[in-house]
Amino acid sequence: MKKLPNWNEMEKGFITRTLSESINKTGTWRTFKPVIDYSRCTKCGWCIVYCPEPCIYSEATKDGKVVIDYDFCKGCGICAEECPIRCIDMVMEE
Amino acid sequence: MQAVEPLLLSGNLAIAYAVKQLDVDVVAAYPITPQTTIIEKISEYVAKGELKANYILVESEHSAISACLSAAASGARVFTSSSSQGLLLMHEILFITSALRLPVIMAVANRSVSAPINIWNDHGDIMPQRDTGWIQLFVESAQEAYDKIIQAYRIAEDDRVRLPIMINIDGIVLSHTYEPIYPISDSEVSSFSPWNLYSTRLDPDNPLTMGAFCYPDYYFETRYQSAKALRDSLPIISKVDEEFGKLSGRSYGITSPFKCDDADTILISMGSISTTVRATVKKLREKGEKVGMISLRLFRPFPFDEIIKSIKNAKAIGIVDRALSPGAIAGPVFTDVTSALYLSKMSIPAANFFVGLGGRDVKMNDIEIIFDKLKGIAKTGIVKEHSHYIGLRG
Repeated sequence: MKKLPNWNEMEKGFITRTLSESINKTGTWRTFKPVIDYSRCTKCGWCIVYCPEPCIYSEATKDGKVVIDYDFCKGCGICAEECPIRCIDMVMEE
Repeated sequence: MQAVEPLLLSGNLAIAYAVKQLDVDVVAAYPITPQTTIIEKISEYVAKGELKANYILVESEHSAISACLSAAASGARVFTSSSSQGLLLMHEILFITSALRLPVIMAVANRSVSAPINIWNDHGDIMPQRDTGWIQLFVESAQEAYDKIIQAYRIAEDDRVRLPIMINIDGIVLSHTYEPIYPISDSEVSSFSPWNLYSTRLDPDNPLTMGAFCYPDYYFETRYQSAKALRDSLPIISKVDEEFGKLSGRSYGITSPFKCDDADTILISMGSISTTVRATVKKLREKGEKVGMISLRLFRPFPFDEIIKSIKNAKAIGIVDRALSPGAIAGPVFTDVTSALYLSKMSIPAANFFVGLGGRDVKMNDIEIIFDKLKGIAKTGIVKEHSHYIGLRG
């Protein structure tokens, strides 16, 4: 694990720079993890619209697969609730 | 230093005059007695175009300090002022200002707190702000208030410090009493306290977030960092006072010990009452009494070493508190001084004297009563009762 900075290595005040999210992962709170059943997913994008984070996106490929970024997903379960065909399961984190 | 014509100003007007000379960018405040004439005068300067500042009319003190904090976060030089209930309403934002390391300057005209409503002077409003992480200065005169406002911007904007500062003036006693003020020129002010634009500020070209959500793994370090900066600011505050002395001929020191070297009894006090104590010490010295005094001009960071150095030869010390700390062992200043004694392995008998609450006059006679009690303690070395309420009926 990365060593955290000492008090005198931190900027004055509590400063967060832009793109800090690429360093600070916030997806460690999860109790339940949403898992998409790709055999049933129609790529309708409803979960992308509803994700409050937002951490669900459609891959920039021809296929356009819908993926969840688990580095930031908090496990709120809104995607599973809103999925029109109920193809997202909330699975207990190991 | 060239000879200047004095101006006849009250403590509040002297502060307003300094703020104008310091060319602040943003002023946000809400009126409350006895501070009101500071911001009233500043609004007049702004209206007349003598001070080019953004004067924000806010609906409460909570908004006033929030507006100042935000303006300071963008790099502006700011000023606010409050008293009593207004200062209490600012309370939660005071912690944020110091932790975000924003150099907000506030003049506090010290006044008692409700209930009952009382508009006169004591230190009841400032003591609850003790642990907010601000530098806290106390002054004895309107001239000193003027001088300290100028010094405050230089200290607060120093990159090694970067902390907010409260300049405490005793309400009514200093805020509304007129005295001759010897100002320094506008150019001297701007060269002594030049606007120091710090690098960490809100800037659209280089975006950042201040004080966002923080996990347990960062909170401790952040709070420690600002507390450490407050402790470390002491020599810088002292140096700025010395340098101001070279410029203006007026240097005050941090604790200003008076006749302490050979004194048997020493009284420690803060604010305008120290002038009365000094006069009493002079009077008692003429009678051959070995008395001394300390005017505590810096309350936070607490000048631990400076006090110990001055009182080490005393046989008894008295500490004046102008606010009650209900349920505590004694008053807030007493608690700090006696902690310093304990940590220095010194066991000088000490007694706490509560005086002048809610603006009750403290006269030389009261100070003589205190020195008399201290003399008794010095003789026996025994403190029968450590809290004395001078002038309390019953």
